[in-house]
Amino acid sequence: MSYLFNTPDEQREMLETIGVDSIETLFDQVPESLQLKRPLDIPPKLSELELEQLVRELASRNVGPSDRPCFLGGGVYDHFIPSAVDAIAGRSEYYTAYTPYQAEASQGSLQTFFEYQTLICQLTGMDVSNASLYEGGTAVSEAVFMAMRCTKRHGRIVLLGSVHPEYRQVVETYLGRMDCELVVVPTPGGTVAPAAVEEAIDDKTACVVIQHPNFYGCLEEVEQISAMAHTCGALSIVSFDPISLGILKRPGDLGADIAVGEGQSLGTPMQYGGPFLGILACKQKYVRQMPGRLIGQTTDRNGERCFVLNLQAREQHIRREKATSNICTNQGLIAIRATVFMSLLGPAGMRQVAELSCSKAHYAAQKLTAQDGIELAFEQPFFKEFTLQCRDGAETVIQRAKAAGFDIGPALRRVSNSESEDRLLVAVTECRSREEIDALAKAIATPTGDAIGDATGRESADSQQAAAACESSVGAPHDPTLRSARSSAQETT
Amino acid sequence: MRNEQATQPLFDLSVPGRCGAEYPESDCPEFSSTACIPAEFLSDTPLPLPEVNEPDVIRHFTNLSTLNMSVDTHFYPLGSCTMKYNPKRHERLASVPGLVDLHPWQSEESLQGMLQIQFEMQQMLGEIAGLPAVSLQPAAGAQGELAALLVASAYFKDKGENRTKVIFPNSAHGTNPASAALAGFDCIQLGAGKNGFVDLEELKKHLDDQTAVFMITNPNTLGLFEPEIHKISKLLHDVGGLVYIDGANMNAILGITRPGDFGGDMMHYNVHKTFTGPHGAGGPGAGPIAVRDFLADYLPGPIVALDEESGQYKLQTPAKSIGRVRSFFGNVGILLRGYFYLRTLGGDGLKELSEHAVLNANYLKEKLKHILPVPNGERCMHEFVASAQHLQKELGISAMDIAKRLLDYGFHAPTVYFPLVVPEAIMVEPTETESKATLDAFAETIEKIIAEDPELLHTAPHSTPVSRPNDVQAARNPILCWSPACD
Repeated sequence: MSYLFNTPDEQREMLETIGVDSIETLFDQVPESLQLKRPLDIPPKLSELELEQLVRELASRNVGPSDRPCFLGGGVYDHFIPSAVDAIAGRSEYYTAYTPYQAEASQGSLQTFFEYQTLICQLTGMDVSNASLYEGGTAVSEAVFMAMRCTKRHGRIVLLGSVHPEYRQVVETYLGRMDCELVVVPTPGGTVAPAAVEEAIDDKTACVVIQHPNFYGCLEEVEQISAMAHTCGALSIVSFDPISLGILKRPGDLGADIAVGEGQSLGTPMQYGGPFLGILACKQKYVRQMPGRLIGQTTDRNGERCFVLNLQAREQHIRREKATSNICTNQGLIAIRATVFMSLLGPAGMRQVAELSCSKAHYAAQKLTAQDGIELAFEQPFFKEFTLQCRDGAETVIQRAKAAGFDIGPALRRVSNSESEDRLLVAVTECRSREEIDALAKAIATPTGDAIGDATGRESADSQQAAAACESSVGAPHDPTLRSARSSAQETT
Repeated sequence: MRNEQATQPLFDLSVPGRCGAEYPESDCPEFSSTACIPAEFLSDTPLPLPEVNEPDVIRHFTNLSTLNMSVDTHFYPLGSCTMKYNPKRHERLASVPGLVDLHPWQSEESLQGMLQIQFEMQQMLGEIAGLPAVSLQPAAGAQGELAALLVASAYFKDKGENRTKVIFPNSAHGTNPASAALAGFDCIQLGAGKNGFVDLEELKKHLDDQTAVFMITNPNTLGLFEPEIHKISKLLHDVGGLVYIDGANMNAILGITRPGDFGGDMMHYNVHKTFTGPHGAGGPGAGPIAVRDFLADYLPGPIVALDEESGQYKLQTPAKSIGRVRSFFGNVGILLRGYFYLRTLGGDGLKELSEHAVLNANYLKEKLKHILPVPNGERCMHEFVASAQHLQKELGISAMDIAKRLLDYGFHAPTVYFPLVVPEAIMVEPTETESKATLDAFAETIEKIIAEDPELLHTAPHSTPVSRPNDVQAARNPILCWSPACD
């Protein structure tokens, strides 16, 4: 077998040194009665060639974004990954190293994670970031537990109904045996009514969890909600989309105490849901309550700048049951990907990706809602993702898109039982083109030949008029421009 | 050799106007952000990120990477972490279109190949564990522990019992108590018995109708197989409790014995250790859990099921599931690598790898024991814990000194000062993917180091980019984020 070294001769020598006559003897310490007396029931070994053939055949049974342009959203997005990300993450000095316990043998990883922490602070406007958590959902849960420690309040968690349902489910699971009330504030209009949040917060509340842009794609009034939390002595936890921060105000600018997010968009492929990147950053005063690893700068015995695992007294290998989290293995390599991604893009690139995603998404919203029976579920400002209300049902529309070679969704009902069957998400990244959007719009219309023809013919006039309507409402607070865009589109119908 | 210019902090390389990425002009220019999103939401300043171009980025991070030791470049006998060779075929195969680019919200019928892989992975992990019900959700071993403890909690609740205690030996990994506390249990730590083995009398004192779970690593963190594991399991089962096996040391027993066969009710795997998901400078891992049938209904979902009638693979959430422990399916990229590894080795290959892991560890232990005695156990499984206590007393050489000096000779250090039950602990796990020649060289080097001037060791390493960082200063005045003042 290709991964073992020692020849039968060498094995004999080694056994002689040990003073036993066979490898089996070494296993004498496993009581005879407990030994497995049969071969494992696992398929026989494959050569590299056979494995490659098998895996490529299995992969060919999947139909993914390389076959169907991807308008899927719901927490995972098809953003472009520059080649340099793979080039660096593919360096085996990174990916075959482990947790940098030996600082002298790990300065590469340590400095890279220190830079990751810094880039995340710059991205979010927070003071300090850890070196990664598992993914967006556990990042929210860890933030909730952290808020309980910071506020010494364990009675109530307030979470907006517009937070990703799976993130909410993770929080529910983590709270399992805790005597803590999880209050979910309904968001029937796509975003929360601040008054409803105010009502939900009491003096036992540890935190308010906001997602912005939220699960439906809509933008929340983060600053106002954070201020309400602070008035009651609770913390504001904001779950963000890192790409959105190319144009949107940062969590740190909006009063967040803890900013969390799913970092997949920062240079990591979708790979059916993981491994992804849990981002967690906070204000300086909460640093000692943070979960996970922290890298710090210090000097070595010669006075040289260097980097080390820092404040380890928070962690499980030192504090055991009193640790701030049970996390040990984190998402190091994904954090490295995000570091390279953010380094490459810088302020201009981040702005460009955000701007491209935003513009294409708004074009798509206008195009798709111009179809009969399709409208926006919520008349709220959004960034790159929006919720459609479909007269013929969400699944029907998803099937129409698929028949034409596009993936859209998910249907909200698929993510949460409490959601309507008529709604679905559409996400548009910089990777999608105007032509794809036009073709998708054509595909999802109720299949009556005339309507489709009309929709295509109207395209150019519509978008110009919509843009004009948008511009006229720039800066108008609480006057979502999309409403103008859509109504103008309808007027011309 | 160090390129000081390229490895200065990224932020010092920044020059206004540079950018390492380019994107096309928008084909929907009429929909600018200022036209589409109310100004109150928009930032009016650019992000304060550094501005560097692609060659800057590549040279910076490539140079940084060379400051690491890694499995591909060095022997890395970090005990408890199973730093074995990561086959290159895994990297290529995990990146093929049709696997790497799949979106989790695609329809199940468009994912049949992926779901088949994960279904087979569940079956293989169930077989290796002797625990048939598997959830691939947990992102790492620690999350597997938490998930399994919540499964236990749900199971007891269903039976109308409110059990509050989780027990573990003091040689346990720190994640065990941390997970138990996170799951809301009271933590009870047992004192060490002989060889770090569980003292059955001591254990009995804590067993009652409040005992929920006993967590145990087997082979234990001293690298020894718990000889009375079946008696321990029986004691737990007699009071209605469950036995949890921390699977960190599975590399020693694949195809030899199975957690389900020695009394375990639940366990986690560390796929990145035992089944070669690369360790990624700290992660990602994957921490699937396997449980007995009577606990299957409580597992975190989704789980892949095969509809025999249609031959289609489907996602299912178990009837009384504890819920999700993370978003989406799991750390799929790592699970894929584990799958490739299991298919490459087959059942026989797995047993053979464990045999070689145990052979290598015993051989190295034998080569070292005259200078670094191993206080516990005559023979070990896949790793052993030596002690530098006598060197400390006689020569003033600590485990840390030896660890640091090894770096000068091109060996990554073993795990030191864990487990806590061995003074001046040096925990060595060579793995099966090292040759006799490497093990010989390592043993000779340790011998050489011990003969060196102790002063040379106290100040080691001498050939690494930095030496003996000031941890105290780092903790007293934490600098966790770069600012111009850092330079």
